Parts: sequence; C-alpha cells; structure tokens
Amino acid sequence: MNWRVWLPLMLFALFLGVAAYQLTQPKDDVVASGMIGQELPYFELPPAHSENPGVTTADLRHGKPRLLNIWASWCLPCIAEAPQLEALKEQGAEIVGIAIRDDPEDVAQFLARHGNPYSRIGRDDLSEVQLGIGSSGVPETFVIDGNGVITYQHIGDIRADDVPVLLEKLREAGA
Amino acid sequence: MRLLAAFLMALVAAPVLAQGSAPPAPYAYRQLDDPAQEAAAQELMETLRCLKCQSQSIADSDAPMAGDMRHQVRIRIAAGEQPEEVRAWLMQRYGDYVSYAPVVSARTWPLFVLPIVFLLAIAAVLWRRFGKGRA
Repeated sequence: MNWRVWLPLMLFALFLGVAAYQLTQPKDDVVASGMIGQELPYFELPPAHSENPGVTTADLRHGKPRLLNIWASWCLPCIAEAPQLEALKEQGAEIVGIAIRDDPEDVAQFLARHGNPYSRIGRDDLSEVQLGIGSSGVPETFVIDGNGVITYQHIGDIRADDVPVLLEKLREAGA
Repeated sequence: MRLLAAFLMALVAAPVLAQGSAPPAPYAYRQLDDPAQEAAAQELMETLRCLKCQSQSIADSDAPMAGDMRHQVRIRIAAGEQPEEVRAWLMQRYGDYVSYAPVVSARTWPLFVLPIVFLLAIAAVLWRRFGKGRA
C-alpha cells in the first residue's frame, strides 16, 4: 500500500498532539510593559496622603535610581508585599508610591496598619500614569534610573526572593 | 426573626474592598458630545482588550481599569487623535495583547500564509486528479 495514504492521518495526529500539549501548558497572562528603556511620560500627581508629598516626573528624574510602586489600599496583594517594601527601604531603596483610584482616608488607614515606606505618594484617580507606563494591574514595581528612564518592571507582589533582585536592578541603574 | 435580620443585612451589605471607592473616570460612561467622534471612539473601544478581564473588550467591561481606558480613548479622540494613533499608543505599552485587530507580524504571519498554502495544495491535488483526465 502507498505510504502516502497515511499522510493526512499523520498530519491530523500531529495537529492533535500540538493542541493537547498546548492545553496542558499553564496560561501566560502576564502583560509586560513595552516602556522598559523608555523615559517616563510627563505627569504631575497630587498627594494621596497628608504626610507624603505628591509625585511629578521631575521628582523621579534627578539624582539616583528609585523604585516606583504602583499600589492601592483596596489591593490585597499590596498588604502581602508591605513588609518587603519595608525591607527594601531599610536596605537603602527610595520608594515612590502611586495610589491607583484611591481615597485619602483609605490610604491613611492602610499606611497606619501596614507601614509607610514611601518618600512620596501620588494620587492617580484615572489610572493615567499606570496606563502611561504600561502597568496592567496592582501591585507592580518599576525601577526608574536617575534620568527618569524605566529600566525594570516587577509584576505582582514583591516576595522575599524578589528583594535582592530589585536591589540588584537598582544598582544596575546606577545606585 | 434572626434569619430575617440576616437576610436584610445581606441585602444592604456593601462589597468590601471592591477595587476602591473612587468614582469612575469622567468619560468612562459618558459619551462624547460629537457623534462622529463618539462613533470612532466606540469602534476603537470594541477592538481594545480589557487588561484586567482579558476576554472582554474595554467597551464591554465594567472593570474600573476598563473605564479608565475608555476615558483615555475618548479624551484622546476628542483632542483630535486618529483611532489608529490611540491604538498605537496602547500597543507601544501593552504589545499585541491589548488589540483585537489582527496584524501581520513576525509572530503571526503563518496564520495568514498557511490558508493560502492549503488552498494551493488542494488546487494542485484537484488539478492532478481532474484537470489532466479531461485533457
């Protein structure tokens, strides 16, 4: 019998195999920002908390690299990462916060309960800065070098293992 | 009686920590005054993917972030930007992921080329079987 008779069936089996393999793979639903290596967009955010000043692009552009933490008081993983932010601050990182769609009262409550590692906290009620830097959720943490260029994005809450990575990225950015 | 009280309390219970208490962005649910601009914005929003809900367009989603994205789309269209410029602005940030409009790229070209290859193969088989016989 002609072996070519089996060709369509083999193609079909190959297709089934590929489909079955892809179905067993975990879904990658992380959306990485395309803004790495780009300058921060221009913004001026009012303070989200009475004890911290607001945030403008100029504040992130001079001197040393900083962490830019996108968070919100209504975000549960942000509670989980609070101790890690504290650890980063203790090891010399300056952390600038941007609170997404938040209320100053809720922010104050959150900071009283979980600590305030921020040098500044901007209030982004319309997610403008979040969309401008390509962040698709809370929490996310960006490394901004001394010239206001985004050099690294951490998606999701910061775990203990991520602290040395972020410190290393800060060093690479010139800290 | 206690059951009734619990039921009444459940009726007025506010969802705790439901993505913040902030009001939606001004143009999240408000249409633009110019009908032509609103139509352009609407058409664009139906082809932009909500980043939080993943299988909905931002026109279909009630997620607060989708509202903020609709606000961005509407104010940019109102400021005179072309819909494709707004799409490019978002794709610069979120890649192909954010757009439902198909594009031919280094990753997607087989999707466009393979159907043509299959059609040619079928045509070749049919021609060999029937075209020659008749001649």
